[in-house]
Amino acid sequence: MIYEGKKKIWADYQKEIPEDHYFYVRSCIRQSFFPASEVTFLDITRNKLGKDIFGTEHHTTCGGIAYHSDTIPQETVMTIIARQFALMKKYGYENYVCSCITSFGLYCETLETWREFPELQQKIADNLWKACRLEFAKPKFLVHASDLIFKYRMQIAAKSKFKLVNQKTGEPLRVVEHIGCHYSKMFPSKGVGGAEYPYVLVGMIEAWGGQIIDYPERRHCCGFGFRQYLIKGNRGYSVSNTHKKFESMEPYKPDMIITNCPGCPYFLDRWQYVIAETQGKTYGQDGHGIPVFTYEEVAGLVMGYDPWDLGLQTHQVSVEPLLDKMGIPYDPAKKFLGKNGKFIGEPQKPHCLK
Amino acid sequence: MIDFGFTVSPSSRINLDKCDKKSFSALAALEPDVLKCMACGSCSASCTAAHFEPTSVRRAILSLQNGQVEQALDLLKSCMLCGKCTMVCPRGINTRHLIISIQKIYGK
Repeated sequence: MIYEGKKKIWADYQKEIPEDHYFYVRSCIRQSFFPASEVTFLDITRNKLGKDIFGTEHHTTCGGIAYHSDTIPQETVMTIIARQFALMKKYGYENYVCSCITSFGLYCETLETWREFPELQQKIADNLWKACRLEFAKPKFLVHASDLIFKYRMQIAAKSKFKLVNQKTGEPLRVVEHIGCHYSKMFPSKGVGGAEYPYVLVGMIEAWGGQIIDYPERRHCCGFGFRQYLIKGNRGYSVSNTHKKFESMEPYKPDMIITNCPGCPYFLDRWQYVIAETQGKTYGQDGHGIPVFTYEEVAGLVMGYDPWDLGLQTHQVSVEPLLDKMGIPYDPAKKFLGKNGKFIGEPQKPHCLK
Repeated sequence: MIDFGFTVSPSSRINLDKCDKKSFSALAALEPDVLKCMACGSCSASCTAAHFEPTSVRRAILSLQNGQVEQALDLLKSCMLCGKCTMVCPRGINTRHLIISIQKIYGK
């Protein structure tokens, strides 16, 4: 085997990720689905690793949900995105990091469209000036927040208190990684490892001690698909996709799933409840499901954050079996207490899913 | 069980590990020519019944290899055993005889 050639080929799958100084854009849906993920990302990058990550309350949605639901045209989305980029420039940044995979894919699509059609870019710049009196700009580097955690994975590993290792057996945890479709399937050169060998989550899992599971439907979509979920009559398509993935990964007995997309962890988590209630089937041990995490939540667990501060009580699938495996201490009595100690309410127990 | 107004659709996924391979092995022993098929589609193109009903020896062989027996038998149920497909097969497969053997092994 010629390693020099291998290295050269693998270099084509790499992505340049600057070390520091980013303009951070939050996600619309992640803050309600996984409420502590973005806070954890900012706390790790800013306070634990000392990076300059700037956020502003003035930015808006990227418009991705409306665009992918066919309710607003592309030019409207482009103008919204142009405003986000203009805010980045206004605050003196050139590197743009977004929390959402849908946004990331849409930013890539927009930048590519502007490159392909300069006259459209000029039109959007004019729209932006007329609507907001902001100067048009494009980011020098566009990255997703998981790219940054990937970049800092060894620094996080150096500060880790827990590993992705079963404390009772000493074996690495068996981890399924699921990459959001809009991360690198549309524009492979924009993702670490491209569309063929996405490495962004694998790198984190390896650095933090876990073992990757390679299963037949590994690159299959989670099933969110916007209109597949947004229209109730179509939700069978969505849950069927998730069902197909779980049927495929089940024989490999995964301990956990890590994702880097807003929709994937939500649907891989919630649909396990629907599958349990409609098919009577669960995929974890002893009637439990397979817990699904965002990469920030896993980074937080590894660094020793309190599981309830990470918002893990908002997951459908109970996370306690995994916490026990990793040896992470937690207080069951505080599970449904908010930051101020106030009871936040406890959901009813499902019939089939523990 | 809860009715959500939607549910999991039957999967179209083919799991070859779970397919019944014994019947196809028996068919291949009886009709070794079934392994010669290169799926050119000459049989389907020349089929008179295919003008009126979904009928295809090519697709039926593929379905049997994938363990989709019901689908394969559906594709052959309109066959009138006229033998035109046998005449046009470039691999010289006796498709007419093959269809009869399929019915013997898989037919109910």
